[in-house]
Amino acid sequence: MAEIRVQNLEKSFGSFHAVRGSTFTVEDGGFFCLLGPSGCGKTTTLRMIAGLELPTAGSISLGGEDVTFKRASSRDIAMVFQLFALYPHMTVRGNIAYPLKNIGTPRGEIRRRVEEAARILRITPLLDRPVGGLSGGDRQRVALGRAIVREPKAFMMDEPLGALDSEFRHLMCGELRALHDRLGATTVYVTHDQLEAMSMADTIAVMNNGMVEQLGPPQEIHDRPATLFVADFIGQPPMNFLPFRGPIPKGSAEIAFAGGTQAVPMLAENHPEGEYVLGIRPEHVRISDTGALRGTVYGSDYLGTNQIVTVHTTLGQVRVRLVSATPVPEGSTVGLSFVPDRISIFARSSGRALERFAGAGHG
Amino acid sequence: MAEIRLEGISKRFGAVSAVSDLSLAVDDGEFVVLLGPTGAGKTTTLRLVAGLERPDAGRISIAAIDVTRAAPAVRDVAFVFQQYSLYPHLTVFDNLAFPLRSPLRPMAESAIKARVEQVAKLLRIDDKLANSATRLSGGQMQRVAIGRALVRQPSVYLMDEPLSSLDAKLRADLRLELKHIQRDQGATMLYVTHDQIEAMTLATRIGVLEAGQLVQVGTPREVYGNPASAYVATRLGSPAINLLPRSCFPNLAMPAEAVTLGARPEHLSIRRANGNADGRISRVEHLGDQNHLHIDLGGASLVTLVDPEEPLAEGDPISVTFVDPLLFDAVGHRVRV
Repeated sequence: MAEIRVQNLEKSFGSFHAVRGSTFTVEDGGFFCLLGPSGCGKTTTLRMIAGLELPTAGSISLGGEDVTFKRASSRDIAMVFQLFALYPHMTVRGNIAYPLKNIGTPRGEIRRRVEEAARILRITPLLDRPVGGLSGGDRQRVALGRAIVREPKAFMMDEPLGALDSEFRHLMCGELRALHDRLGATTVYVTHDQLEAMSMADTIAVMNNGMVEQLGPPQEIHDRPATLFVADFIGQPPMNFLPFRGPIPKGSAEIAFAGGTQAVPMLAENHPEGEYVLGIRPEHVRISDTGALRGTVYGSDYLGTNQIVTVHTTLGQVRVRLVSATPVPEGSTVGLSFVPDRISIFARSSGRALERFAGAGHG
Repeated sequence: MAEIRLEGISKRFGAVSAVSDLSLAVDDGEFVVLLGPTGAGKTTTLRLVAGLERPDAGRISIAAIDVTRAAPAVRDVAFVFQQYSLYPHLTVFDNLAFPLRSPLRPMAESAIKARVEQVAKLLRIDDKLANSATRLSGGQMQRVAIGRALVRQPSVYLMDEPLSSLDAKLRADLRLELKHIQRDQGATMLYVTHDQIEAMTLATRIGVLEAGQLVQVGTPREVYGNPASAYVATRLGSPAINLLPRSCFPNLAMPAEAVTLGARPEHLSIRRANGNADGRISRVEHLGDQNHLHIDLGGASLVTLVDPEEPLAEGDPISVTFVDPLLFDAVGHRVRV
């Protein structure tokens, strides 16, 4: 059992509140991602779970045991950092064996575990090589090896792939997730890269300003963002936001928008007169002559299979994801239509998504 | 007129040949991106143009003037580095004004003020001019660094991965800005990156470097759609092109010299099989806006894109048809059909 429970966790550095009241549970064997921009408190949260920082308030339990103020060394957690601090004068084997030697594990046992870790990470042929000449990816595998030989209750990973090339990073994401599936150890993973989080996590906590803005499975966070911040942070390019004015009556499936009407998912509550935001992802915008909103094509980003077309409208800029085969000349005027059940509606003042009727739309 | 011409330049560092016999012309107002992995010679090429390194052979000219042996200061180029090196004790305004206050190019303080304000507005940092340079976010600091290059209005801009230290969202925003600034000013730009998205979206033409050699130059569409080799094909496209041994597909007709089949998502037509299956879905990777489909096919495994609405799941049997895939020979050169 290595369920991690974090309750009302807070951390202040002087007058700066790095983490303000985080509560979440990482299930035993779960892969949990703390995702957010720099300065959002994700690394501080991880360091408190690992015992490298002490919280200002709140509690942390690991496998049912309260570890809030326990020393890092007695928590049975392995950390993997972005900058893989390997011992340059040792071989791969020496590096991986080090944590076991340190705690006086018998030699036969060390040998067995190091070879097992190397096999899992597919670095067996490198075991007797010095770490100096290894590629970035191999060095990161050695760092992972050093974490897994200890067979800890949980892994804490702080942007472990941040120093690698983007192509290689995606490959390593697949490896890390496969490794997790084999070991089944609870993992908390910190990153600012949404692709890493989307491709590996069972659950993502999106953090902003020291608070968890949304907690849920990757697809739910992508499809049903709870706040404007989450909608803007997730997705590449992010969601388009277009202003409109309410009221929106309960049960209505239409809003007054861009001088006409727009079908939207039915809302669960009455919403008063005021400013609202229609959110729609670039892949759910269509270029069509019947679209109520019209604009001028500002440019297109060619991405190979797809292109991202930027359209300037009276309500703001709209990005559309299209296949590259569709020509969209710069400067031309186009109509835009939105897939109704993919629309999110946010209150401008609170930044929160409005609740839909249960069962309205997808997911 | 400010075109850059490189003719047969080579540069060695000890036993390592960093750049070998490289020729490239960047036309006036063109945005050329050099793309390649670490160690391909991108940065060395840029430093040779800037005059920070001297070539062992070859000739470099900027605006039709031979600068092969000229000092960096007289080349009239502006260099933006990956790590923004601002003067921490100066304000944003003074950082931007610094290159204009050089004793080599005297300029009236009123003209400096006008120029700095114009550039600050362009980069949307005009409200930060009085701030100390250290009291800025990473994105703002990099904008100041780019601004410092823009104020001088040099003949050419050289940029070495200027966006790579920024987070994804900021990078996307600055990318679009940089492209428009370059286009509006008609600036000549030589830009180095290992990020294929930057290369595809920014470049008028991309130059792909492999081990110090320029292996293909062309528009993003040419390089992506018509790569000269398997190496070039793997540099562009996400997910990466699938390179599959021909032996996995004995029934496919192709020229005798073709040994590798290259398939991007647009070269694959995938349907759920009712009956004779070619392969099986091993994993569906949800990435939000797009899903990556991992497929086991005739002993090979490949990755392609699939619309998130497509009802395909792990374990499903599928039939796969190749639509005009790319073919490569034993040494990775393209085989044209």
